[in-house]
Amino acid sequence: MRGLSAIYTIWYRNVLKYFRMKSRIIGSLGMPFFFLVIIGFGLNSTIQVPGMEVDYVEFIAPGIIAMSILFSSMFSGVQLVIDKQIGFLKETLVAPVSRLHLMIGQALGGATTALMQGILVLIISLFIGVNLPSLSGILIALVFMFLIGLSFTSVGIAFASRMEDTHGFQLIVNFILFPVFFLSGALFPLDRIPDWLSFLTYIDPLTYGVEGIRYGLLGATQITPVLSFSALGGFLVAMLLLGSFLFNKIKI
Amino acid sequence: MELIKVDQLTKTFGDLVAVDHVSFSIEQGEIFGFLGPNGAGKTTTLSILSTLLKPTSGQAFVNGYDVENQQSQVRRSIGVVFQDPTLDEELTARENMDIHGRLYGMKHRKARIDELLKLVELENRKNQLVKQFSGGMKRRLEIARGLLHDPQILFLDEPTLGLDPQTRNHLWDYIRDLNQKKGVTIILTTHYMDEAEKLSDRVAIIDHGQIIALDTPMALKEQVGGSRIRIESKENQKILQRLQGIKWLNNLTNYNGFTDITLQNAEKKIAGVIREINDLPIDSVSLKIPSLEDVFLHYTGKTIREQEASAKDRIRQHRKASRR
Repeated sequence: MRGLSAIYTIWYRNVLKYFRMKSRIIGSLGMPFFFLVIIGFGLNSTIQVPGMEVDYVEFIAPGIIAMSILFSSMFSGVQLVIDKQIGFLKETLVAPVSRLHLMIGQALGGATTALMQGILVLIISLFIGVNLPSLSGILIALVFMFLIGLSFTSVGIAFASRMEDTHGFQLIVNFILFPVFFLSGALFPLDRIPDWLSFLTYIDPLTYGVEGIRYGLLGATQITPVLSFSALGGFLVAMLLLGSFLFNKIKI
Repeated sequence: MELIKVDQLTKTFGDLVAVDHVSFSIEQGEIFGFLGPNGAGKTTTLSILSTLLKPTSGQAFVNGYDVENQQSQVRRSIGVVFQDPTLDEELTARENMDIHGRLYGMKHRKARIDELLKLVELENRKNQLVKQFSGGMKRRLEIARGLLHDPQILFLDEPTLGLDPQTRNHLWDYIRDLNQKKGVTIILTTHYMDEAEKLSDRVAIIDHGQIIALDTPMALKEQVGGSRIRIESKENQKILQRLQGIKWLNNLTNYNGFTDITLQNAEKKIAGVIREINDLPIDSVSLKIPSLEDVFLHYTGKTIREQEASAKDRIRQHRKASRR
């Protein structure tokens, strides 16, 4: 009970801060929006997705939703670096709650705000060409969106646990974000690419997230949803363990 | 009743011994001060007592609980106000309090939050973002927050560091009030002599990780030779003769037209001394009461400020060594 209340408290703080920063909510919608509109419509007429009955803009919409969640969740780890700097972390570490609960609360908080960011992009994509999917399709997409958010927030926490300054954190995260995004099959189909590239896309955990959302929203996918779910779930467990392990080792 | 018991506590960071076989105990209801230069080991001791650091060796009990094995019970017994701020400045005062209450599993928070904000005179600003607060207001808010879960013990690490004199005085009043009216046992660290002296029932003087003296401020000062009354007069021979006849004065010297009397509690006895000689001409009377600074000087051979400079060197050297 006490653990749950601690998790809820940390989650609540993150969500409270998210809603207070309206400019950040709007600002971080910029990149996914331009990706969708410019790349989506720019290439819509030149590219036909083989084996799928969808436009290119529809094809990449799940990828862009995944991108906005990826970015938002990884960067949410910066809150932990800031909490070290402003001392707030000490206040939570000296409270009678376990570090595991603090970490889970932080991860759920980051995942929730990332999910909200993803939902906003989902809504935008409905306006610019994606057909309204079935309710069960939306639910499936939401599950995958949440899994992406939670696992990459844990990655962010893992990095943030070892870092003392926000600039360093941002540099490292950027270094990882772009390969993870571009290799995920967000922008291109997974078959008909060279073997070496194919290999890289299949070891990129985001690939399974993108394919899961794609299955939910478009009903079309190149990886079976069960495999996507298992792969992403396994990645999530590993990252939660890594994040908790490193969070536990934070020295103050 | 002993609320805190520390036995042979030691903490080392690499080859730097921050706390060196320290033993002491603190009674319920006390204000206990750790006085020493920066880098003497005060904050490290406090961090161990608040379960943020593990001791290298030795034992510490807070409210009867072992700081190593019963962290949760220890944490519930204490409130901590750290040296550096630990508030979320993007949240309001009330929200900071509320999050603290939730973390400590408090059910009925609202009334108590209001009561404490009132105690530190912040009730009118409870819905303001903390980043708009002054340094003194933030410190008061942190004290209120530290008290929210009704701890028996409050740790204050350098409570008035960086505050202006007026705010310091104000804060001292709060701290004394808390101790007297709410019965909170208070443990504070400071490198200000006046703070240690004015607030503490007992003071532990700490240097290089060791407690070099521990007693009431009064007793500590008496250990270094008590206070002195100096009387200047043209008739100082007569004064000396007169005073030599008084039983409770025995440490008298005369030179250069001055009569020096060394005695305990001089500030209380000075009136009686003057009464004995008020028919003789007196040019001036002065009183010298030793300070804790004199005590520190007596035990370490250095003033606190000198010691602080060398402690910084020590830390710098340690950092250099550990980088290699």
